[in-house]
Amino acid sequence: MTGTAANGNGNNGSFGRFWAMTVKEFIQMTRDRITLATMVMLPIMQLFLFGFAINTTPHNLPTAVLMRENTDVGRSILAALENTDFFRIETVITRAEDMDELLQSGRALFVVEIPEGFERSLRRGETPSLLVAADATDPVASSSALSALSGIVTTALANDRQIEFSEPTKPAFSIVQHRRYNPAGSSTLNIVPGLLGTILTMTLLIFTALSVTREVERGTMENLLSMPIRPLEIMLGKIAPYVLIGLVQALLIIAAGFLVFRVPILGDPASLTAATALFVVTNLSIGYTFSTIAANQLQAMQMAMMFFLPNILLSGFMFPFAGMPNWAQWIGEALPLTHYIRIVRAVMLKGANIETLAYDTAALAALMAIAMLIAVRRFRRTLD
Amino acid sequence: MTETGIAAEPYRIDAPETVIDVHHLTKSFGGRKVVDDVSMSVKKGRIHGFLGPNGSGKTTTIRMLCGLLTPDSGDGTCLGFDILTESDRIRRRVGYMTQKFSLYQDLSIRENLEFVARVYGLPDPRGKASAAIERLGLKGREKQLAGELSGGWKQRLALGACILPEPALLLLDEPTAGVDPKARRDFWNEIHALAAEGLSVLVSTHYMDEAERCHEIAYIAYGKLLAEGTVDEVIAGTGLVTWTVSGPDVHRLQTELETVPGIDMIAPFGTSLHVAGRDADALEKAIAPYRDRPGLRWEKGEATLEDAFIDLMRRSEDNFQ
Repeated sequence: MTGTAANGNGNNGSFGRFWAMTVKEFIQMTRDRITLATMVMLPIMQLFLFGFAINTTPHNLPTAVLMRENTDVGRSILAALENTDFFRIETVITRAEDMDELLQSGRALFVVEIPEGFERSLRRGETPSLLVAADATDPVASSSALSALSGIVTTALANDRQIEFSEPTKPAFSIVQHRRYNPAGSSTLNIVPGLLGTILTMTLLIFTALSVTREVERGTMENLLSMPIRPLEIMLGKIAPYVLIGLVQALLIIAAGFLVFRVPILGDPASLTAATALFVVTNLSIGYTFSTIAANQLQAMQMAMMFFLPNILLSGFMFPFAGMPNWAQWIGEALPLTHYIRIVRAVMLKGANIETLAYDTAALAALMAIAMLIAVRRFRRTLD
Repeated sequence: MTETGIAAEPYRIDAPETVIDVHHLTKSFGGRKVVDDVSMSVKKGRIHGFLGPNGSGKTTTIRMLCGLLTPDSGDGTCLGFDILTESDRIRRRVGYMTQKFSLYQDLSIRENLEFVARVYGLPDPRGKASAAIERLGLKGREKQLAGELSGGWKQRLALGACILPEPALLLLDEPTAGVDPKARRDFWNEIHALAAEGLSVLVSTHYMDEAERCHEIAYIAYGKLLAEGTVDEVIAGTGLVTWTVSGPDVHRLQTELETVPGIDMIAPFGTSLHVAGRDADALEKAIAPYRDRPGLRWEKGEATLEDAFIDLMRRSEDNFQ
């Protein structure tokens, strides 16, 4: 940065120059119709793609039934399972040894075992156990199906077989769950808040990653540098229009999450907005920094992608943060998405507000400041 | 194009008498000296032509003058400001027109002009842009994208954007490359009108007719400044005596003459040949055997600027090989 004293306009002109840049960038943004359409469509498309792919209420889960007895009750449960779209009966087996193979190979995510003497115990009111073995490597898929199972079986027995339960408060049977491979499981509501941060990171990084290299490649940088405008003014002017875009994207994702995926916003919307604005500016600053380092638009894109990957993998979006090794947690702490996901999950799902999340908010602000500092220092005012 | 002229309003030029005063500028890229010990001075209100072959260092020199490049060595002032330490002040008061069109192609004419007005902190950017559009004769087309303009109009718009912040010095890097003759003529009329109001201009060009429209010229080749002065001074400085020979087969004559000592430069001009040498007597001796050849008509003439440049270029080539 060159000192203010060197510029005849002093500080009054600074806002004017920033504003010139902002207006210019905004016009250029709106003029590129395809990019503009992408800015609006991309988050929605990604949300639906990811959101439905990582569906919280999965359907047609491959299931096997281990029939230890051939009774009316057994067949009735089998039919009820087939009639819901949670489960798809792949096969009916009679030998327990086949169960392990089915689960291990992934041909079945569930094996429902109807034990020997189930019907007889049921009629005697002995509360027999229905055994379910679930492949819990995908806890999202397994947990909701498991919770649905009890209702399905109860309804099947009551409606089809006229089995009367002597005491309605006491269940006629119990379900013994065996979550294999991942006994802990995790919350399904984590996904949409995580997606909010992931989608914002991806789109925002790319917007500004291209901004400086584009000027260089189009030959307009030479003209811009010959004008009395300073690096900080250029950077802020280039970031400003995209802050608006980022907030619109966030609004779209949160609205779709609420309407389609029923993700609540338990906390304070103002906290959520403030944190989102900070996160948007942080990502735009990092993208802009890449743009000042990269030699061309392709390099800038690659750098953005290289940065995006650890954000996805180490932020706690994909894997639980607590489960990662220490070194990965350290890297995660240096990524804006990590802090934003924590903030968003806490605000949306736990009803926290931004004051209780001071550490993560401060971390986001620090990352933003570092990125901006590097960008302004890296930005060269000459063509040397 | 209309003859309204870009510079309808008089300038209040506040510049020192010597607007460019630089000494021993040197700049290397990758170990190669692109500009080598160039000193230059341009007086206020003058149009200074900057000539030289491609890659001779014209653009690099201009970029050093407006702070876009830092010289490896050398110093000097531009508009009285140090080119090494006060480039911000220079930027505010210099209009630099790049060789390649470098306004925003995806912005309209008006949007480009408003952007420039805002960056320079001019009051009422919209009004300034409107006035510029009117002066440029672009009224009614102001919403057209800059990228859709023809070469001549682009150049006109670029000049309009350059002078919008009312600079004291214009640095024009090959402004008329790829522009048709009529547009070139209009352009030069405008440059002269601006200079008459006290604006100083440094303009690089390849065209001889444009060089002759300048008050002074500087010739640079292989990074070295080889000649500087008025057109007449530069021609006189080469000390060339020129003979023009015309006839049916001057091309064959050219190959014959090329090896004759005493002849420093031969250049074909249509059906005639310019034969020049720095030593008048030696030249006459050299061409004596060919004077009486039938069909050839020999005439002693004045060396042209082009003769001078080609000679300068040849000589510098010899020095650098």
